[in-house]
Amino acid sequence: MSAAAVHSLWTTAAEPISKIDAPKIEYGQLSPTLIVVGAALIGVLIEAFVPRRSRYYAQVFLSAVALCAAFAAVVALAADGFGTTKAHIAAMGAIAVDGPALFLQGTILLAGLVGLFTFAERRLDPAAHGNRVDSFAAQAASVPGSDSEQAAVKAGFTTTEVFPLLLFAIGGMLIFPAANDLLTLFVALEVLSLPLYLLCALARRKRLMSQEAAVKYFLLGAFASAFTLFGIALLYGYAGSVSYARIAEVVDGTVTNVDPALANTMGNDALLLIGGAMLAMGLLFKVGAVPFHMWTPDVYQGAPTPVTGFMAAATKVAAFGALLRLLYVVLPGLRWDWRPVMWAVAIITMLGGAIVAITQTDIKRLLAYSSIAHAGFILAGVIATSKDGVSSVLFYLAGYSFVTIGAFAVVTLVRDAGGEATHLSKWAGLGRRSPLVAAVFAVFLLAFAGIPLTSGFAGKFAVFKAAADGGAVPLVVIGVISSAIAAFFYIRVIVLMFFSEPKPDGPTVAVPSPMTMLAIGMGVAVTLVLGVAPQYFLDLASQAGVFVR
Amino acid sequence: MSFPLLTATAALPALGAVATAAVPAARRTAAKWLALLVSLATLALAVTVLVRFDPDGTRYQLTESHSWIKDFGVRYELGVDGIAVALIALTAVLIPFIILAGWHDADPLETGNRRWRPTQGFFALILAVEAMVIISFEATDVFLFYIFFEAMLIPMYFLIGGFGDRAHEHGEETAATQRSYAAVKFLLYNLVGGLLMLAAVIGLYVVAGNFSLQQIAEARASGSLHMATSTERWLFLGFFFAFAVKAPLWPLHTWLPNAMQESTAPVAVLITAVVDKVGTFAMLRFCLQLFPEASKWATPVILVLALISIVYGALLAVGQRDIKRLVAYASISHFGFIVMGIFAMTSQGQSGATLYMVNHGISTAALMLVAGFLISRRGSRLIADYGGVQKVAPVLAGTFLIGGLATLSLPGLAPFVSEFLVLVGTFTRYPVIGVIATFGIVLAALYVLVLYQRTMTGPVKPEVSAMPDLRVRELVVVAPLIVLLIFLGVYPKPVTDIVNPAVRQTMSDVHKTDPKPEVEAAK
Repeated sequence: MSAAAVHSLWTTAAEPISKIDAPKIEYGQLSPTLIVVGAALIGVLIEAFVPRRSRYYAQVFLSAVALCAAFAAVVALAADGFGTTKAHIAAMGAIAVDGPALFLQGTILLAGLVGLFTFAERRLDPAAHGNRVDSFAAQAASVPGSDSEQAAVKAGFTTTEVFPLLLFAIGGMLIFPAANDLLTLFVALEVLSLPLYLLCALARRKRLMSQEAAVKYFLLGAFASAFTLFGIALLYGYAGSVSYARIAEVVDGTVTNVDPALANTMGNDALLLIGGAMLAMGLLFKVGAVPFHMWTPDVYQGAPTPVTGFMAAATKVAAFGALLRLLYVVLPGLRWDWRPVMWAVAIITMLGGAIVAITQTDIKRLLAYSSIAHAGFILAGVIATSKDGVSSVLFYLAGYSFVTIGAFAVVTLVRDAGGEATHLSKWAGLGRRSPLVAAVFAVFLLAFAGIPLTSGFAGKFAVFKAAADGGAVPLVVIGVISSAIAAFFYIRVIVLMFFSEPKPDGPTVAVPSPMTMLAIGMGVAVTLVLGVAPQYFLDLASQAGVFVR
Repeated sequence: MSFPLLTATAALPALGAVATAAVPAARRTAAKWLALLVSLATLALAVTVLVRFDPDGTRYQLTESHSWIKDFGVRYELGVDGIAVALIALTAVLIPFIILAGWHDADPLETGNRRWRPTQGFFALILAVEAMVIISFEATDVFLFYIFFEAMLIPMYFLIGGFGDRAHEHGEETAATQRSYAAVKFLLYNLVGGLLMLAAVIGLYVVAGNFSLQQIAEARASGSLHMATSTERWLFLGFFFAFAVKAPLWPLHTWLPNAMQESTAPVAVLITAVVDKVGTFAMLRFCLQLFPEASKWATPVILVLALISIVYGALLAVGQRDIKRLVAYASISHFGFIVMGIFAMTSQGQSGATLYMVNHGISTAALMLVAGFLISRRGSRLIADYGGVQKVAPVLAGTFLIGGLATLSLPGLAPFVSEFLVLVGTFTRYPVIGVIATFGIVLAALYVLVLYQRTMTGPVKPEVSAMPDLRVRELVVVAPLIVLLIFLGVYPKPVTDIVNPAVRQTMSDVHKTDPKPEVEAAK
């Protein structure tokens, strides 16, 4: 080391230490997230201190109240103008409070509330030793088939931990689409993912399959997280900052003062391209786009069905929110680079999801592939890179999440001796045995297929219109063709339910508690309202269509 | 604000459908009567529309316009021209007969299952289809039309797949399989057509900025909306494909024989006489008005396809062993005539085509419903299973003959007038095509008369010897249809008076005038 260098080190250390400013946190504007995370922490305390008998009621009550309160906070913020005129970046640049963030948070909270109802359902499984049980394992830690498991079942244990876990996941999801710097994004990603990995492993029946699903989800998810983190590091190297606004400025070339420590890497386009691609990969993994979709069918099938429904709906909403913000706020200057790639991803996602779904024989796997195809449709709206594109994606997500939770809630009702009867052959003739349940499921399938007068059609029309406006006509044509392919397998299920003879050993339809009924009822109501009179919600989505920078 | 007559005409059957579906399981008969009353009330409203409509007035009348989905530029816009009025009247007239003819078609076999209520469902679905068909005829907003054009597939699908003939030669298991095959085929064909149309609808919006038929047509006529030639052609193809599947036109027709064969006779009538008319109607209203240049560009190909439909449909009808399939192929031949009349681009051709839609509806209903009564008596659809029916059931045979003669366009019965107009209209512009199409009439005589001969004449087969003649309910269905056929055959003026002004308007949209008669030109 040369003398000069030593000297410079010495003098740097000798300068007076500048005061650290107290961070300015806008607690009011972050209240939706804070309420949910706070309630989750209280939920953990309930697990520790409240007697086993009352835990379930305490947890359900607390979670419902917290989600309603958080939703009220979102509405209050939106009414206050934070979605439009007062949109700004809060918490020292970490969190954006703007239209898309509030709209998506509201959607996630409502989806979470409906998901909570399906989590709390306790009338479907026959009571074990006089205790009403839900879809979750009696004691997650006991090995499947072991004595300790039997003992736990006999003692009537239930896993009420699922409620705080659900709240933690929702908390992460609330931050995910609002995150305005890469580190917050990563933290939110982990906060939402870890509880979901755990929830996936907690099925009461078919526990090995559930645990396998969880391990797969965890391993692939960890892999995707690593990609994301690596991408973040490269982007930091490129821009010298993790803040979205700063990276965008560097991409646009409006920043000239180069951080001396990063003089060698800053502005290096290779870092930007590779980093951006890795980050997008992590997000595309979460939305389940081809070729990052491998986990979807296994996890959807193995996870407890209420978890699947919640995850399919809310994770998709949160991840698309984050993806939109990344592409619209951070990388708009890179539009000409990412658009062709996203085109390709959207095309193979739409076609891949639709084609592979045709061969499925399990209803949960079928819905998994259908969710992949839908991710492709939504990507078509993302690619539009216009205000209409954003609002159409927001609208699509809102409609889609309710259909999804509703559809999976119906799946929990159709049961035989081994629990849920998810094999398609068992659904034959359901329309004769229980016309109402079959009709409701048919409504959901028609919405998935995008038949007019359902929310699916309005959403699909909105994204395709935005895409066509943005010049992506070939994408629209491919989207329409994959819709036709997808319609085939949705309709096959309807044929099976209504036109096939019921089998003598077919499943029965359990009569659920009002909670699942509410979840399904909300699904149907939202599907039809968004299909017949979507204007109010389209207005809402289009007002919320502008990102703050 | 005046009374929204058009909305009421469509809303009444829709509400009726909901009410019918809600009738308790045990009160089946009440559900039937309710559906019949609703359909008759709808007929009354349709007649009111007919009376209030002034053929010489403005193009679209009784209009209603409300904002619906502002973000998509979609308005709830209704309005009828002469063509729409005629088709709404046709629909409203046929539905009560369809309901009456299908009175016992959906009685449940198993009475034990209280939740399974097929009867209520059957009549509710018929009314739902009526509502959607009527609103498609009324819609002057492309998006609004599209929504109901697509949505009507769902009730139709359940009608085809859920209800079949009681007696089936291969047993109930096979029947169910074939039914659901037919229903899925129907749905997939039409859904693919519809989705391609969706792409074109979106494309139209990108080009025009709104969905109003009148606004776009006016903007195109005044030149303020310019479409590139290739854009117009692609959009035209998107729309036309959907309508050609629905109509159906060769080679997109293969769903129709399956669907008509497997469904009950009233549902088959509903498909071919009512729902399919939306396809040909939409060609006239949307393809020609929105894309006049592309329509003219595509005319030669479409005429050839129509010609193939006429001859091919008729030839296949000659070879059928199944009565319902025979009627289906005959219908394909007739749809060929309708499409030919529309795209001949002469006023006789288009008036003839519109008249043809009405007459084909009535004549097919008469033939098919009587055929349905016949099939329900013997429990077989095969022609070979019948013989000598006219000796045991003369009234049935007689009405069957009249329905058949109407189908082969015997002069004096309604379809003759329209077929003649279509041929004349085609001949003035495309003589060769007109001449070849005439063979369709010859073949029609062949398939109808051979069908009659094999089933009704000859020695009485032992299986049909105890066949009862038409009952009162069945006579109530058939007699008015036959009266209509004869009346419109002798005096078609009421329909042509309503239709002609609208046809003239359409002709001016595509900037076509009738060719001058040769003699006059020679002077």
